[in-house]
Formats: sequence, structure tokens, C-alpha cells
Amino acid sequence: MKDNYVPSVKKRQIMELAESGKRIDGRSLMDYRPLDIKPGFIEKAEGSAAVHLGGTYVVAGVKIQPEKPFSDTPDKGVMTVNSEFVSMASPEFEPGPPDIKSIELARVVDRGLRESETIDTKKMCIYKGKLVWTVFIDIFVLDHCGNLIDAAALAALTALFNARMPELEFKDVKQDVTNTLIEDMTPQDGWKEKVHSVTEERTVFPDRKKSPLPLRAIPVNVTMAKIGDKFFVDPSKDEEEVMDCRLSVTFTEDGNICAMQKGEPGTLTPEEVLRAVDIAKIKSQELRNRLPIPEDILKSIEKAKAKKKEKD
Amino acid sequence: MKNEKLISDDGIRFDGRKIEELRPIKFSLGMLKNADGSAFVEWGKNKILVGVMGPREAHPKHLALADRCRIEVLYRMATFSVGERKSPAPARREHELSKVIKEALEPAIFVEMYPRTTIDIYVEVLQADGSTRCAGISAAALALADAGIPMRDLVSSIAIGKVEGQLVVDVKDEEDKQGDSDMPLAIMPSKNAVTLLQMDGLLTHEEFIRSLEMAKKGCMEVYQRQKEALQEHFQKSANNDEET
Repeated sequence: MKDNYVPSVKKRQIMELAESGKRIDGRSLMDYRPLDIKPGFIEKAEGSAAVHLGGTYVVAGVKIQPEKPFSDTPDKGVMTVNSEFVSMASPEFEPGPPDIKSIELARVVDRGLRESETIDTKKMCIYKGKLVWTVFIDIFVLDHCGNLIDAAALAALTALFNARMPELEFKDVKQDVTNTLIEDMTPQDGWKEKVHSVTEERTVFPDRKKSPLPLRAIPVNVTMAKIGDKFFVDPSKDEEEVMDCRLSVTFTEDGNICAMQKGEPGTLTPEEVLRAVDIAKIKSQELRNRLPIPEDILKSIEKAKAKKKEKD
Repeated sequence: MKNEKLISDDGIRFDGRKIEELRPIKFSLGMLKNADGSAFVEWGKNKILVGVMGPREAHPKHLALADRCRIEVLYRMATFSVGERKSPAPARREHELSKVIKEALEPAIFVEMYPRTTIDIYVEVLQADGSTRCAGISAAALALADAGIPMRDLVSSIAIGKVEGQLVVDVKDEEDKQGDSDMPLAIMPSKNAVTLLQMDGLLTHEEFIRSLEMAKKGCMEVYQRQKEALQEHFQKSANNDEET
């Protein structure tokens, strides 16, 4: 209740301006705020990116480590997305276990990458059933000025693009994983040498150290806030505070939709949803064109596509 | 790495530094919009962001102090800040560092000016490369200044290590892990007041005396960089004001 008056005044102002296609920060309804993407911000991570979207500041880091696979996908690598709302990012964030909004953020980013099959997890198997590469994507929200989802998704994707595979070293393999590897071998095999040869034999990257991740899609998310009957692309914090609801749509470069998320309690008519999807399709391509994608990644994505087409 | 020497026979450390040489240090201020004060430091490969919120209402209220403001520090390491991914759950080390960093900064703050409030200091280590608490404390002092919180002095910090029998200034990750001792120290330079002192490892009494001298000297160098960063930041704000 405490802040009820300010948002309602602000909402009226935002809606009145929108009638003439304007926003309180001077943008048009379709404009993104200035976007700045710095790949490779953290040298100790396998991949990383710092993204400024207006005042919003997000850093994503990728760590790639050998881990045990899930039992239902013994020959596939694993991808996990985590996010943390750092307390300095907003007066509303408090230290402690992950905020429910931060869990939603991580899951929306996760879906965009997972459903577009951005990482070819089949190529991330080291030893079937025993050892696969796990890609940890960790997103840190450092300054919250609205539209965390798009900033986080861009940071995560850029971090994957500039990630380079680490060298597989025996000491990096977790003890319980090595134990299961060793179980299969008789002691006289010389377990250490054996594991090395097995991993060498099974690994898909011939010179995997410093080679890029096997990527094959460029999913880009576009979030719109609905205020009254209008959509505001890339909502600022002010707009998020007064919005009826938001819709996030992730498009792949082929023009397919791979993830959607409606948030907040307001409603959308089916016609409005269609309109939002149309906007997202245009804006996602615009954002994609501005992504710093290394040459070798672009080539490997094209190659993966051509292969898929052949199969179909 | 394990068997390689960290200091060559002619006294050059494995990263090319001399015994008493600090790594390149670059402070910048005021990059965060939500925080009341902020500072970022690149200290060698360390990348640390500090945000200050407050003075603001103490929460929960029963923790408010009647005669002064409460200082809260949260030191965290990002999962990707180190070689092997760190678990996102806070470790005992992070809790301890939060406590000693708070105690290193509090003497510099005029806490009695803001009774019943809290100042929260968030130290986020984005990349760690040894002496993160020293870099964190030094950056936090600047973030407090950026927040406009009245202070007795800045707090400057450095770690002295003992590596292969020699005392070295500004301990890097490998020197900490393979070295014989690590002694982080923080002082308010113009007050000559030590606000943080920790030591682990083994030093002779004489070595300790020398370490303390070296630490004081190192802190003065950090102090210099801090003051330069402050001047640069406020000069810039002043220039911007004139333009508008």
C-alpha cells in the first residue's frame, strides 16, 4: 500500500505519453536502450560477458567442467543456468537464498538456450554414462534498471560464444566420478593411464583445448511490457513498476519461436499476443545483428545447419 | 607450476614483479545506478565491484543501534571467479571475510552521525587472484566516499607474503597457495591506525617487524591510487555540473 500514489501518477504519465508514441526516457515504444556487450570480461572463466542495457548491468560467466551425466541421458553433456540478484543491484534485493524472480530469470534464459538446442550436448560426451562436460552458466545481476531477462539472455549467449573448452585433466575430475571410472577397470590396468586413454578415445574434440563449444543456434529474447493497450519494448524499471504484464519471446535465427514467458498478473488478448510476437520477431533480429559473434562460431553454426538440412 | 620457482635468483617474481612491487591497480567510482555509492577495482587479475547502500532504515528493526549506525558487509565470490567453479552457497570463508572487512572499515566511518540506520557494503569478487580482501577493503573505502558518507580517512590495504623464504608485497594467488605465509593489513594512512591484521603461516619475530614496515609502505602506495581515483571522479562530476 505504502507507495500506491506514486505508481498511479507515474502510470498515468507513462500512458499519456504513449498516446503520442513517446516514453518518459525519450525513447519510442519500439526502441531498446543503448546496448553495450563486452565479451571475455572474466579471464578465469571459460567464457564470459558483461552487458550494459541502459543502466542495467549484468555479468555472465561460463564454467565448463567434467561431471557425471544424468542417468537418462548418459551420452549427453549438461547445461545449467543459475542467476543471482546481487544485493547492490537494487534496494529491493536482499541477501539470502535465491529470490523467486531470480529463479524465473534463470529458467527463462535456460529455456531459450535449451529448446533452441544452442549447445549440441551430444558432442559434449567424454565417456558414455561416466563423464560428460557440464556447462555452468552463472548470471550475476549487478545493477537493476529494468528488463533483466533480455540483458541476462544476451550476456549468457555472448558468454557461450566466447567460451573455449578447457583441457581435460585427471585432477579436475571429481573423486566420485573417477571412482566410477576406476570401478570398470582392473587394478593392473594402471588406472591413471587408462582413464586418460579412455577419455582421449571417447572425446569428440580432437584438440579440444581452446576449441569453441559446439553451438548451433542464436536464440534472442525480446521482452515487452504491456501498459494499458500498448507494448513497451525493453521496459525500464519505471515501466516495469507500473506494467500490467510482460511477455518475453525468444526467436531463433530461423524465425522459429523457442521460448515464451508471460509475467505479472495482467492479461493479454490472443490478438495482443500475436502483435507482441510480431514485434519480437523484428526486434530479435535487430539485436542478433549487434551480437559480437566470433567468425569460427558463425561458421560452425552454419555447418551444423547444413548438416541438419541434409538429414531432413 | 608446483615445482617451478616463484622467485628467480635475481629477485624477480614469477609474474615479473620485483619483491616490493605492487600489481597494476586501477580504481574507478560511481558506475552503479541503484547503489548509493560504488567502486570497481582491477588489481592485477582481481576484478572486484563494491556497492554501498545507505545509510538507510535498519532491517530488521530490533538490530538498529540507538547511538550509531550499523555497518553490514557481505563479501561474495562469483561462481566463475576462480579456477574450479565455486558453489553459489556462501562458504565459511566468505562469512569470516565479511566480518573482518566490516571491522576494517567501521573505524573510518563517523557511525555516530547516523543512529538507528544501516550502511550495507556489498563486495562482489568477479575474478579472484589473491589478496581479494585487501582489494575489496580499498575499493569499499572509495565506494563509501562515493556514497558521500563522512569518513575519518580512507582505508588502504595490502598483503605481505613470505615466498621461498623471502618477504614479498602484494600476494598473488599462486604465491598465497604455495607460499609460507600471508599477512593482510589495512590502515587508515593519515591516522596511522591499523584496522585489519591477519596472519597465517610462519614468520620469525624479525620477519614480522619487517613485514609490518613493508605493509605500511605498500598501503601508502594504495592510498595514493585511491586518492587519484577520487580526484579524477569528482573532477569529472564537477566538470559535468559546469556543462549543465
